[in-house]
Amino acid sequence: MRLPKPRGVLSEWLVARLAEPGLTGEAPAPDSRDDESIALWTLHELSFRGFEDADERAEWDPGLLGVRRDLEEALEERLRSRWSEAGRDSTPRAGGVPEALEELVAEDDGPSLADHVRRHADRDQVLELLRQRSVYHLKESDPSAFVVPRLPVRAKAALMALQFDEYGDGDPNRLHSHLFARGLEAVGLRPEYGAYVDDALTENLEMNNAGSLFGLHRRLRGAAMGHLAAFEMTSSLPSRKMVQGLDRLGLAGPMADYYDEHVEADAVHEHLAARDICGTLAEDEPDQAEDILFGAFTCLDVEARFATVMLDTWGVAG
Amino acid sequence: MSARDFDHPDVVLVPYGPMLLRGAESVQDADGTVHRVERPVVALCRCEKSSRLPWCDGTHKVIPRGPRT
Repeated sequence: MRLPKPRGVLSEWLVARLAEPGLTGEAPAPDSRDDESIALWTLHELSFRGFEDADERAEWDPGLLGVRRDLEEALEERLRSRWSEAGRDSTPRAGGVPEALEELVAEDDGPSLADHVRRHADRDQVLELLRQRSVYHLKESDPSAFVVPRLPVRAKAALMALQFDEYGDGDPNRLHSHLFARGLEAVGLRPEYGAYVDDALTENLEMNNAGSLFGLHRRLRGAAMGHLAAFEMTSSLPSRKMVQGLDRLGLAGPMADYYDEHVEADAVHEHLAARDICGTLAEDEPDQAEDILFGAFTCLDVEARFATVMLDTWGVAG
Repeated sequence: MSARDFDHPDVVLVPYGPMLLRGAESVQDADGTVHRVERPVVALCRCEKSSRLPWCDGTHKVIPRGPRT
């Protein structure tokens, strides 16, 4: 993947600096949320697959780490304030985390893109959604993989069971991000990693940045696992709707197969994530209980914001 | 925490949810068809409303809860 297109003064500065490591100077303040989001997305990406036209050493460049810290602090503060504004920030009992997660997910009333795809979306809308989703699905489960060494015994074993399945149970053909790439190709879209980052909406970048922020910081391991749980707990039924919508539009085949795999896989993963990962983590490290719920809330909240913008763009009420 | 043994049952009944089954190689459904298992843990439907029996597809979440099973 090549460096993304800048979206403002900060990302312009950043992309120039990554392309030419000799450059120095202070980073300018971002001039929009879009600028801020693509800059943080780019800095995080240095810890995933990176960019062919960026210096690999930039990942640990002290000047760039300072910029990343400022952007991450702003993002985390925004996410935490949304959580406290929603009034859901009560601390569950350490033993009651799986039930608290279930309750949070059951009460989620965010708009559903899968409902729209199932019944009404036209082909262009579905292709646009798949381009947006590709930003995450082509690195599916990678943010959670960073958390493995940071967990106590039971949560670590359960996360590995889940990740093993996400990564194809040892079969490269069944790796979820690879299934999605094959799906993209089958519907005529580009399957390369990061192909549609320049098209990603701000809300989509923020959704990705939140997941990477949680995954990359040991301090936020509880939030990362809560985020994973909410993601898995809201996947089976919507995946089935995606399959129905893709079939309706004549897009059955590898892309429908990707979603079809998630109907059954995530019916298992949601229990592993809520009970065996988050439940045992909260028992072993009770101070993580609150952040587990914060991470889960954030997962639902950023998806709702993304869905709202997509549906607005299409002139559809959520 | 001490280096103790943990409970790690092969079968877990999720309250109001599916049966999680670990390490199985095949499952026979109610019609007698045998399904090959390809993942380390599978979720078997207990509400009988799944669209892809014998596997759970999450449908139990949208049907009213009966007595806990």
